[in-house]
Amino acid sequence: MSATDSPATSPAPGRRGPTAEVFFSLLRSGTFLTGLGIVLFWIACALFGEHFVPYDPLADDIINALASPSAEHWFGTDQIGRDVFSRVIVGSRDILTVAPLATLLATVAGTALGLFTGYFRGIVDDVISRILEAFMAIPVVIVALLAIVALGTSKTTVIVVIGLSFAPIIARTVRSAVLAERELDYVAAAQLRHESALHTMFVEILPNVIPPILVETTVRLGYAIFAVATLSFMGFGIQPPSPDWGLSISSNYGMIGGGFWWTVLFDALAIASLVIGVNLAADGVHGAFND
Amino acid sequence: MVFLGGQVLPGNVGRAILGPFADQRAVDALNHTLGVDRPLLTQYASWIWNFLQGDMGTSYIFRSPVAPFVIDALGNSMKLAAVAFVLVVPIGILGGVIAALNLNRPLDRIISLGGLSVTVLPEFVTGIILILIFGVWLRWLPISAAWPRDAGFFTQLYYLILPSLPLFLVLFGYIARMARSGMIEALDSDYTRTAVLKGLPWRTVIWRHVLRNALLPTITVIASQTGYLIGGLVVIETLFRYQGIGSLIFTAARGKDFPILEAGILTIGIVYAVATLAADFLYSVLNPRIRLGTDQ
Repeated sequence: MSATDSPATSPAPGRRGPTAEVFFSLLRSGTFLTGLGIVLFWIACALFGEHFVPYDPLADDIINALASPSAEHWFGTDQIGRDVFSRVIVGSRDILTVAPLATLLATVAGTALGLFTGYFRGIVDDVISRILEAFMAIPVVIVALLAIVALGTSKTTVIVVIGLSFAPIIARTVRSAVLAERELDYVAAAQLRHESALHTMFVEILPNVIPPILVETTVRLGYAIFAVATLSFMGFGIQPPSPDWGLSISSNYGMIGGGFWWTVLFDALAIASLVIGVNLAADGVHGAFND
Repeated sequence: MVFLGGQVLPGNVGRAILGPFADQRAVDALNHTLGVDRPLLTQYASWIWNFLQGDMGTSYIFRSPVAPFVIDALGNSMKLAAVAFVLVVPIGILGGVIAALNLNRPLDRIISLGGLSVTVLPEFVTGIILILIFGVWLRWLPISAAWPRDAGFFTQLYYLILPSLPLFLVLFGYIARMARSGMIEALDSDYTRTAVLKGLPWRTVIWRHVLRNALLPTITVIASQTGYLIGGLVVIETLFRYQGIGSLIFTAARGKDFPILEAGILTIGIVYAVATLAADFLYSVLNPRIRLGTDQ
C-alpha cells in the first residue's frame, strides 16, 4: 500500500499517517485483534478442519440419528446421523470461499464505477448514479431470487449476485472520495502533463483513495457473509451435500419443535461468531484509518 | 417564502423518483422472467394496465387469479411489519436518545455495542436462537406464526411476537445509531447552546430544540429500511411458515410461478414507493425550515 506514503496533499477521509502507523494502531486495537482472531479460527477450520474432526462430516449413520450431545458426539448428530461437531467445523469452508470472492468482485466493480463517476462527473455521473441508486433500492434477497430463477443455483450465481448488489454501495463511497481528490493539485498536474484519463484515475487517484476502499471492503465482507448465509438458508445459495451452516439450519429447523436443538444451535452460533468477528475487524480497520 | 417552500417540497418528492423506481423493478422482473428478446414494452404496458385494474394474471400453480393471494399475503405481511415497527421505532429512538444523553458512559456503550452486534446478524440466525429460547426451552411463545383459524386480535398478536423480534433486533441497531448520532450533533449545535443560554429549562431544550432536529435523519433511515425490511420478511416468513408476501414470493420463485412472482414484486415496489413518499412527507412536516416556507 504505497498510497499512504505519497505526499499527503489531501484531507481524504481517514488518512493521517504512513502505512506503518495504521498497521501499529491496528495491532493495538483490541476490537480488531478479537475480530481477526475469530476470523482466523474459522479460516483455519476451513483449511485444515477435515484432518482433525472426529467424524466424516458427510458420513451418515442412521442408527445414531438425532443423538443428543454426548462424549461421543460433542454436538450430537443430525437427522441422518451425521456428526454435528464435524459439520460445524468443516462448514466454514464454502461460506469463506463464496463471501470473500463476492466482496472482491464488488470491490473491483465498485471501485471502477466510483472512479469513473467521480472523475468525469456530469452526465456520465448522473446516469450511472441514478441507475446504481435504483439498483440499491432492491433488497439483495429479491435480486437473488430473480437471478436464481433465471440462471439456476450455483456458487458462481451467488458470487455474481452478491458482488453486483454490493458494487453500487462501494461505488458510492469511492465516488465521494474521488470527488474530494480530483480537486487537488496532483490531479491538475497529471492533467497538464496530458496523462490519459485512465492513467489519472487508476495510477494517480486510486492509490490515494485506498483507505476508504479498504474500510468499505471489510464492512462489505460482513454483509456478504450475512447474505451468503441467508441465501443458503433459503435454498438459493450453497447446495447440498455441503455441511454449510445456513444450509444445515434450513434442513434441520423443521424439527426443532421436537426439541432437537443441537441440530441448529451450533450452526447458528457459528454464523453469529463469524459475522461478529468480521464486523469487529471492520470496526478496527475503520478506527485505525480514522484516528 | 411560499415560493421557496413550493420549490423544496416537489424537489423532495421528485428525488424519490417513485414512478421510475417501481417501473425499473417491474422491468427487471420481466427481463428476468420473460426473457429480453420479446417485445417487452407492449407486454409490459398491457400487464401494468391490467395490474392497475386489479387483474394480476393467473397463477401457474394454483390455476386461479393471483390477486387474492397477493392481497391476503400483503395484509399478513403488513401485520407482521406493523408489530415490528410499532415495537422498534419508539424503542430504537429511545435507545439512541438515552445513549446520546449518556455519551461514552457504560449505558451508551451497552446500547451502541449491543445494537451493533444484533444488527449485523442474519435474521434467520437470531430467529433460530429466539425460537430455541422462547419456543423450545421456555415454551412461552408458539414457534410458528400460523395462528388457529378465526383467532382474535390478541391471539394473532401473541403469535406475531416471536417472528417480529428478529426484525426488531436488526432494525433496532440502525435506528438507535442514527438517533444517537443525530442527538449528539443537535446537542452540540449553536441553537442548542443558544436555547440553554437564554435560560430555557433543560427539558424544553431537549423536547423542542434537540429532538426535532435530531430525529430528521432518523426518519429517513427508517424509511430507507423498508426496502431492507422486505428482504427480511422473505426470510422471516419462511422461517416461521407465515403466509406473507415474502413467503409468497419465495414459493413462487421456487415453483417458477411467474405471475405471482411478478405481482408480488410489483406490489413490494409500490409499498416501497409509498413508504418513501410518506417519509418525505413526514420529513417536510417535521423540518421547520420547510414548514416555515409554507406557513407564511
